Amino acid sequence: MSRLQVVSGKGGTGKTTVAAALALALATEGRRTLLVEVEGRQGIAQLFETEALPYEERKIAVAPGGGEVYALAIDAERALLDYLQMFYKLGSAGRALKKLGAIDFATTIAPGVRDVLLTGKACEAVRRREKQGGFVYDHVVMDAPPTGRITRFLNVNDEVAGLARIGPIHNQAQAVMRVLKSPETVVHLVTLLEEMPVQETADGIAELREADLPVGGVVVNMVRPHVLDEDAVRAASGDHRKGITQALAAAGVSGSARLVGPLLDQAAEHAQRVELEREQREALAKLQVPTYELPFLGEGADIAGVYRLAKELRKLGVGA
Amino acid sequence: MTLDGAPGLEVDPLLDDPETRIVVCCGAGGVGKTTTAAALGVRAAERGRKVVVLTIDPARRLAQSMGIDRLDNVPRRVDGIKGDGELHAMMLDMKRTFDEIVEAHADPERARAILANPFYQSLSAGFAGTQEYMAMEKLGQLRAREEWDLIVVDTPPSRSALDFLDAPKRLGSFLDGKFIKLLMAPAKVGGRAGMKFLNVGMSMMTGTLGKLLGGQLLRDVQTFVAAMDTMFGGFRTRADATYRLLQAPGTAFLVVAAPERDALREAAYFVERLAAERMPLAGLMLNRVHGSGAARLSAERALAAAENLEEGRIVDQGPGKTGVRGPEATSPEPGAPRTTAAPHDAATTTSTDVVAPPPAVAELTAGLLRLHAERMQVLAREQRTRERFAALHPEVAVAEVPAFPGDVHDLEGLRAIGDRLAAGRH
Repeated sequence: MSRLQVVSGKGGTGKTTVAAALALALATEGRRTLLVEVEGRQGIAQLFETEALPYEERKIAVAPGGGEVYALAIDAERALLDYLQMFYKLGSAGRALKKLGAIDFATTIAPGVRDVLLTGKACEAVRRREKQGGFVYDHVVMDAPPTGRITRFLNVNDEVAGLARIGPIHNQAQAVMRVLKSPETVVHLVTLLEEMPVQETADGIAELREADLPVGGVVVNMVRPHVLDEDAVRAASGDHRKGITQALAAAGVSGSARLVGPLLDQAAEHAQRVELEREQREALAKLQVPTYELPFLGEGADIAGVYRLAKELRKLGVGA
Repeated sequence: MTLDGAPGLEVDPLLDDPETRIVVCCGAGGVGKTTTAAALGVRAAERGRKVVVLTIDPARRLAQSMGIDRLDNVPRRVDGIKGDGELHAMMLDMKRTFDEIVEAHADPERARAILANPFYQSLSAGFAGTQEYMAMEKLGQLRAREEWDLIVVDTPPSRSALDFLDAPKRLGSFLDGKFIKLLMAPAKVGGRAGMKFLNVGMSMMTGTLGKLLGGQLLRDVQTFVAAMDTMFGGFRTRADATYRLLQAPGTAFLVVAAPERDALREAAYFVERLAAERMPLAGLMLNRVHGSGAARLSAERALAAAENLEEGRIVDQGPGKTGVRGPEATSPEPGAPRTTAAPHDAATTTSTDVVAPPPAVAELTAGLLRLHAERMQVLAREQRTRERFAALHPEVAVAEVPAFPGDVHDLEGLRAIGDRLAAGRH
């Protein structure tokens, strides 16, 4: 498994939940993983029901078998000040820069600097070593920007390296790019079995490939069981009203004559969904990347859900 | 299926009111925001208004559903609109929008210099923030043209809900800041008396910036800023004007969400932000709400009946003995052991009056019941999520839009969604 696992996906597909489950799944057998978020949404804190994460690596979960998950909300401004402090020892000057609006300029307006700082911090965590020489984190999982922006986000270092043709920003951008384009990194896309997210996933994979960024797998999230198999659905679309009405009555449901219509409507909708999902699975198969299907969490995405999805991911061979 | 106490959001009166000039759709990603904006545009146009829909980053399919192969930075008329109204649609091209501003506000020579500047080229190609500024800029332009009596705007898929509203302010504070003055004329600022401290700070800073970015990039930035100098005032004026336009009574914000925890949390956050910024909120559009025509049959009863069928048990339904309208409050949790989830207290016995259904029909019916139980569980979860939102924001008008099984492919599909938006259960 690559050491930097980037998780992207269309909005609403559950990318943060999947990233968290992946971090937990990879923290097997005493391993340590770091889950990072880069968009300032505090999605990890909400998911794990903790207070807002500071700009500091904190343990947020323990995996079965003793592994540990740490979390970090990367803040571009703090990352820049840290960076200036580290390389230029700019204690009070950093504050002066902030007062002048230079930090704000660098992190919000200057093209790409923000993204370089965010990816740079994640890469630093990937490469960080303990005194004894081992890596501090076995894996770093990034809850990344959505599919529509992921390639630009990761590839920004290339652009910045071109824009700043010399100097430390140039060097930093190049160093980050070396990690992102190496086998050390892999980018996963989360999707649902629906037309628009699947189309966006296909477009996203094409863009990543064009930019030479390593595509990992497609995680199909919120997969619901097919309560009726296709034959039953076909049978339901035939005329069985009378038989079903009688069967409902026999099973102890009163007023069955008025229920049979709505129940058959629901079956027709289900059949439509089953058919749409079959088409989307076919579309995904054409992408020729490994797919991992995760079940729909009936009670919504919460900590228990993250543990359940982590278990599913392990069953699918992740972290093995 | 209503939110207790929440007022209903009426879409048609909002779209029909000639005073409504701008409708802004905002909300988390993946809740159907862009589709909602397009459907509102179609509906308003078919109700006689002259509408332009400004989308930020639509799926190709959405453009195609409006009969346009590819949306671009120029509003294109959508064919097939019924009635006297008109619908135009466009997609924000941020680089093109930025270029046009430069071309419109600088003399040709200066414009050429700016467009060729490497820093400008990166800035305009869409790094963090540019899209938000340009969306605001485009909205202001469309409004100023007075060609449409209604503009429907879809907001950018931002990192957070904040970005769209913050763009003008952030631009303003940057343009007014010392930093930009420094970039424009370092020597001038440094040479003034009484600025000794600042002078030290600044020369050190330019030095640091030069080291950090590389001298060539800093020169690019300085050239860019110098060339843009005369245009900054205009940027700021227009951004401020657009911000005020959003606060004006002719604007209506629609927060779009789905009945899911995260989407509604973001919606609640947005509602609070809009209130803090004194932006006029029309209400919450809750997409993808599930319903059932058989809602009186609870999940527990449906599951129990399914199990009866699967195990070949037949229930006698003597008159007055039983009914599906049992005491709901005592219904066990779904998944509880079957013995406690029996549909009613009556003994499940084989009866001579009721004929056992053929196995195939029994299996099919059990499937229908299980499907129904799943649906009822979804309904219950959505209900809880909405109640949480309603408790926090009882003042927000809500329209609920039923879930669609498939995606939208044509104008007819957008029209159907418009019907659902307007008929939304309140």
